[in-house]
Amino acid sequence: MTKFSHLGRQYWPTLVLFAFLLASWQAAVSFGGIREYLLPAPLSVWNALWHGDTSWGQHIWATTFEIIGAFFLAAGVGVALGVAIAWSPLLANALVPFLVFVNTLPKVAIAPLFLTWMGYGIFPNMLMGALIGFFPVVINTAVGLSQVEADMLDLGRVFNAPKWKIFVKIRIPNALPYILSALKITATAAVVGAIVGEFVASQRGLGYVIVTTQSSMNTSVAFAALIWISAVGLALYGAVVLVAHLWAPWAEGID
Amino acid sequence: MTSRLIDLDKVGMIYEAASGPVEALAGISLSVEPGEFVSLVGPSGCGKSTLLRIVAGLRPATAGTITVAGREVTQPIPDIGMVFQAPILLKWRTILENVLLPAELAGKDPGALRKRAFDLLEMAGLHGFADKLPRELSGGMQQRASLCRALLLDPPLLLMDEPFGALDAMTRDDMALELLRIWGERDLAREARKTVLFVTHSIPEAVFLSDRVVVMSPRPGRIAADLRIDLPRPRTVELRASEAFGRLNLEIFRTLTGRAVGATSS
Repeated sequence: MTKFSHLGRQYWPTLVLFAFLLASWQAAVSFGGIREYLLPAPLSVWNALWHGDTSWGQHIWATTFEIIGAFFLAAGVGVALGVAIAWSPLLANALVPFLVFVNTLPKVAIAPLFLTWMGYGIFPNMLMGALIGFFPVVINTAVGLSQVEADMLDLGRVFNAPKWKIFVKIRIPNALPYILSALKITATAAVVGAIVGEFVASQRGLGYVIVTTQSSMNTSVAFAALIWISAVGLALYGAVVLVAHLWAPWAEGID
Repeated sequence: MTSRLIDLDKVGMIYEAASGPVEALAGISLSVEPGEFVSLVGPSGCGKSTLLRIVAGLRPATAGTITVAGREVTQPIPDIGMVFQAPILLKWRTILENVLLPAELAGKDPGALRKRAFDLLEMAGLHGFADKLPRELSGGMQQRASLCRALLLDPPLLLMDEPFGALDAMTRDDMALELLRIWGERDLAREARKTVLFVTHSIPEAVFLSDRVVVMSPRPGRIAADLRIDLPRPRTVELRASEAFGRLNLEIFRTLTGRAVGATSS
């Protein structure tokens, strides 16, 4: 109860501003003569969101599947590469310049090549999301694994602890907050990648909806798709924040 | 003939810096008997922390020999407990799990040492904090937990590198008394106590705690004086106000600043 009233006190300006913007927008379209295909009124976006003749379920599902796949792919590959870099200087020397090169490529520009190589489908879009989102995970994993106090490592040496044990007991838990912090970025990047992939080549998904409605001037449906995308993105981001909170409560306030 | 736990013979250390070789330590010869509490004092950069790590086998000396418990030190030795300036507790582990860390690192069964860990926490006044995370404890309490961690495997030698350096003055004096109590000043015979090599910046702290204070000169670190502290044990708060305590402080201060004029030295 008190928590809610506290939240109310903190967020009422946001809500008021939001309501005001919506109302002005609706008024501008209804009375200002703005055409629906340029800027649909909030009410028609609302209608498109729930009714209309778009079968939202399959599109939302396709995009969500791509985003989640991209996220886990980026997380898995990113952590593995980060561990490899922190484990062996040889691997670090071999991998880092290559990874930096890959990261400087505009990934969006590779999307048409994915179409050539893999054709239409969910997997190339997943891969695009993973490609955009994996780099921060690599860097943060490697940094988190190496940011251990020298004295702590001396403690390990005094007890003659093997390298893997130092990794498992000290370095990896130490890196966890860094990894979780990078995964928040990855969650957002996975959404971008999946949508870009759908723009280039797809037969379903929310990105596909935007591209097709744009050509048919059905702008209110494109707006509705945007709202669905942000809902999916927010849900994933929220899930990552929640997992971080439950998994590494000691790290609160690190990022 | 008394046995020696630590024996340093003409230990020197030269390290390569960007500007060329730097001589950090030169001609350090020092013996410590079992159960002795020896402090190393000196200005910053005199190599006293380096010397501590050389004794632990964590850094190689470039000259001389180091013998601990009759064995020459060439690599990290396991029979020591180390306490650093920062508590360096693992933030994701409870206090108890932190205290048990040495057992896990050394490949021993932590389950078998739980009772000892609890006893140590009890002795250090951390009863009831076993299941707390480090961030829930004050700096002084964290440092006491790190002392428990150092004592877990019951090492004969305790190496302490400015362990109270990060604490405020009052907590610091308190911790000195606590340390002497845990060390067994009151209830253990001298031979049964742990040998302590204690690095500090604080002259009064060194005098209050030690049987001997070794004063080091700056770069390259050499032994400038080796003073026996013949103050009665157990040491008490009142001792800090005594004339003998003040005189020892002054003598060490003069040695450190190079203003020794007719100071008595043992």
